[in-house]
Amino acid sequence: MSDADPSDAVLSGARAAAPIALVVAVFGASFGVLAPAAGFSPAAALIMSATTFAGSAQFAAVSVLAEGGSLAAAVAAALLLNARYGPIGLSAAPALRGGPARRFFAAQLLVDESWAIAAGASGRIAPRRLLGAGGAIYLGWVAGTAAGLAAGAAVASPAALGLDAAFPALFLGLLAPRLRSPAGRRAAAAGAVIALALTPVAPPGVPIIAAALGAFTGAGRS
Amino acid sequence: MSAAWAAVVLVGLGTALLKGAGPLFFGGRAPGERLNRFLEALAPALLAALVATSTGADGGRLALDARAAGVAAAALLLTLRAPAIAAIAAAAAVAALLRAAG
Repeated sequence: MSDADPSDAVLSGARAAAPIALVVAVFGASFGVLAPAAGFSPAAALIMSATTFAGSAQFAAVSVLAEGGSLAAAVAAALLLNARYGPIGLSAAPALRGGPARRFFAAQLLVDESWAIAAGASGRIAPRRLLGAGGAIYLGWVAGTAAGLAAGAAVASPAALGLDAAFPALFLGLLAPRLRSPAGRRAAAAGAVIALALTPVAPPGVPIIAAALGAFTGAGRS
Repeated sequence: MSAAWAAVVLVGLGTALLKGAGPLFFGGRAPGERLNRFLEALAPALLAALVATSTGADGGRLALDARAAGVAAAALLLTLRAPAIAAIAAAAAVAALLRAAG
C-alpha cells in the first residue's frame, strides 16, 4: 500500500472496515439494550460507548454490575479484558507520529478489528488506514449503541443472526496472509495454543494477553 | 455518583491509558531489530489467539458450538481464495442456520 495519497489510505481503511462496522453496530445495539437493564442511564451507556470504545470490556462491566457484582469487580473485569491493548498499542507505537497528544488520541481508535485491518502484511500499522478503519468502526459502535437504546428490547439477538461467528472469521481472514512465513506460523500456533490452554483456568482477558508471549517464538530466529 | 457512572469513568480512563501508553512513550521511534521482529510476530500471535477464543471460549470454558462450524466454513472459503467478506458472511450464515435448526 502506498502513502502517496494519504486520503486514499483513509478511504481504503474505511472501505475495508465497512462490513465489520455493520456487524459492530449490531453488537453496539445489543449493548444499548442491555446497559439500561444494569442500571445505566441512556447517557451513561452512550458516553461509555463513545469514550471506552471497547465492546467486550463494556459488556463485561455491565454484566458484572447487572449480576450484583461490586464496582471494583466490574472495573477489574473490563480492564483485564482491555489489557491486550497494552501490547497492541506497543505494536502500533513505531508507526504513530506527531506530538504526544496526537499519538495518544490516534491510539484511541485502536480496537482489535481496526488494528488488524490497519496492520499491513508486515504487521506494521498504516496510520491513515487506522484512521479510516477505526473511524468507521467507531461510528458503527456509537450509532449502534444509540439505536439499541432507542429501540429497547426489540433488537434481535446477535447470536441468533450468527454474528458472533463473524468476528473469528474476520480475524481468520486477517491472519491468513501472515501464515506464509515460518515465523508467522510459529507465532500464530503458539498464540492460539496459549490462549486455549489458559481459557479454562485464567480470568477472561488474560489468555489473550498471555498469547502475546507467543510472539517470542517468531522473534527468536528470522 | 452511581456505580454505573463510576464504571463509565474508571473503565474509560483505564482503557484510554492502556491503548495510549505504548504510542505515548514509544511513539514514532524506530524500534531496534530484535524488538521489530517481536512486534511483527505480535500480529499473528494475537490474531490467532483472538480466532481461538472468539471461536472456542464461552465465558471461562472451552465450547464447541455453532461458531466453530461457521469459522470452519470461513476457513474453507479462505483457502479457496474467496474474499474476506464472503468468508465472514458464510460464517455468520452457517452459525445462524445451525442455531435455527438446533
